[in-house]
Amino acid sequence: MAKGNVARTRNGGSTAADPEFVQLLTPEGERVNHPDYTVDFTDEEYRSLYHDLVVVRRLDAESTALQRQGELGIWASLLGQEAAQVGSGRALRTQDMAFPTYREHGVLYCRGIDPIMPLGLFRGVDQGGWDPNEFKFNMYTIVIGAQALHATGYAMGITMDGKVGGDDGEAVIAYFGDGATSQGDVNESYVWASVMNAPIVFFCQNNQYAISEPLERQTRVPLFKRASGFGFPGIRVDGNDVLASYAVTRTALDNARHGNGPTFIEAYTYRMGAHTTSDDPTRYRIASEVEAWQAKDPIKRVRLFLEKQGLADEAFFASVDEEAKAEAIKLRERVLSMPDPQPLQMFDHVYPNGSPLLDEQRAEFARYMESFAGGAH
Amino acid sequence: MATETLTIGKALNMGLRRAMEDDPKVVLMGEDIGKLGGVFRITDGLQKDFGEQRVVDTPLAEAGIIGTAVGLAIRGYRPVCEIQFDGFVYPAYDQIVCQVAKMHYRSQGKVKIPMVIRIPFGGGIGAVEHHSESPEAYFAHTAGLKVVACSNPNDAYWMIQEAIASDDPIVFFEPKRRYWEKGEVDTSASRAPLHSAQVLRAGTDATIVAYGPMVRTSLDAAIAAEEDGRSLEVIDLRSLSPLDMAPVYESVRKTGRLVVVHEAPSNIGLGAEIAARVTEKCFYSLEAPVLRVTGFDTPYPASRVEEEFLPDLDRVLDAVDRSFGF
Repeated sequence: MAKGNVARTRNGGSTAADPEFVQLLTPEGERVNHPDYTVDFTDEEYRSLYHDLVVVRRLDAESTALQRQGELGIWASLLGQEAAQVGSGRALRTQDMAFPTYREHGVLYCRGIDPIMPLGLFRGVDQGGWDPNEFKFNMYTIVIGAQALHATGYAMGITMDGKVGGDDGEAVIAYFGDGATSQGDVNESYVWASVMNAPIVFFCQNNQYAISEPLERQTRVPLFKRASGFGFPGIRVDGNDVLASYAVTRTALDNARHGNGPTFIEAYTYRMGAHTTSDDPTRYRIASEVEAWQAKDPIKRVRLFLEKQGLADEAFFASVDEEAKAEAIKLRERVLSMPDPQPLQMFDHVYPNGSPLLDEQRAEFARYMESFAGGAH
Repeated sequence: MATETLTIGKALNMGLRRAMEDDPKVVLMGEDIGKLGGVFRITDGLQKDFGEQRVVDTPLAEAGIIGTAVGLAIRGYRPVCEIQFDGFVYPAYDQIVCQVAKMHYRSQGKVKIPMVIRIPFGGGIGAVEHHSESPEAYFAHTAGLKVVACSNPNDAYWMIQEAIASDDPIVFFEPKRRYWEKGEVDTSASRAPLHSAQVLRAGTDATIVAYGPMVRTSLDAAIAAEEDGRSLEVIDLRSLSPLDMAPVYESVRKTGRLVVVHEAPSNIGLGAEIAARVTEKCFYSLEAPVLRVTGFDTPYPASRVEEEFLPDLDRVLDAVDRSFGF
């Protein structure tokens, strides 16, 4: 994992025109400066960022293909949001805790988690269950915005445990989208985090659409401006810029772990694909809009940067593509070999301490199924 | 055996105190539960003794209380959330049903949410709307939640401790109009497992099943019936999910008659489930259909007519008469 330092600096280079929109790498691959944020990556770290972006996109494409072939029930693609996820995901320190939506496959990858982990949920062989504390990555949450409260409560627990106030302090990042900002749960999270001074970063990927509804249906003001009303800073970052996403998130997390309270980050990006594989975006948005965002592609600009800086050659790019393809093939094979659950497993784990009613229903259903044994019926 | 005479409210307060002493991970969350001690004073004095981090006065938002408690539970805490009144639980309903109830299941046992959600419930206190409701069936219908209701000081003292110690998420209903009723509390040992029904009064002619505030009403009815020469057996369900039906079946096989009493409306309520199960298991023992004495299927009415809405001793006895009329 990269260890890029974030330093507040005002020296050198040009400053992005809009100080409220943090950008460190333009769509053309030009490195620009911002008065408050910068990154200081090694050449190898820049290459590894590119690697993660490419692999994450390739695995996502494979999952979309698996759904189209009937091997997944549904898939929520992150296409277009790779930089926001890889940048923020790599900004997390080992001790930090993430609360994802159902689209944070890139963050999951950057946490060093096996990308197969969430696919059981989308294939329908399980419900995406893992131990959040083992991976420092909560289970995917389907109900929009519900996890923001869980993240806030977890952050309150960090304070109760006395784990804020130093470099080794813990912080929480809560992911959600632009649609979720209309949810009561998310707004209650802001209130709680603010009055409890919780060590949390709200990371909103504003991908411009909540399924079909454009941002204008959720808000009349830029989302990041809402934060000040709740009593903590809000900042908008170019969500297609992995360097800026990293720098802003790392600063916010470090502020949180040092006891300086919450930050709201609006990662301004675009959902290049459908909401999920069940959606048809041609019904509600025009091709020219998508094309305009294609020009701001989060991966292309890193490649241009690497080329211009002479940090990588054709052989490197080819090798990353090969590696991504190999990982995708491996993922496909493992998805196809996922076993279906046995019917009686549906009765498991409803309660830690069990229930006599369920014991009875399980036994009755087992007897019923056994009555079909031997082809008697 | 050490016994004390306590009100239900004080017994709950002492039970909470003991649970907090037993386990430093127990934290109390709710509106006005700190300095004020809760609107019913159930948490009186606890913030003073355990500090503001363990008795948390929360912002005024119920989804926030339950949602942040989920996060605390993931972090290893055992949150005890107070919902100020029954009718105020609905903003938290999504978090309770979609998150609290399902986390253990969907994580295949890897995430436990050992949360207790305390709800003062039921009517009879002359309150304005939303302060007198009986929403227990909503929660009993939800897989992943357990639901209990205490009816007397001894149960209040022990059941709250047992609920907090349980790894299951538990909705804990407290009969608010009985908070001030006194009874003996044996502080040395619990008399029964949390999810067990208890026969509170033995009888031979008909069985009355109740829980929460209606237990006192049913016991009073049994005393009155005795004067008429009828011997009623009264069972306090205590656990609404799961139901402990064995004592009910045993009783009905003996008496042949069953009346279920609750304040909640009858339609699709606990009484319907109990009637269905008793019919299935005790069909040949029944001398009469299972009858229900409940609140009506109206919204909870204005308080000046709540005495007519709420089941009382006479309506219970009327149902017993009807049972014998078959």
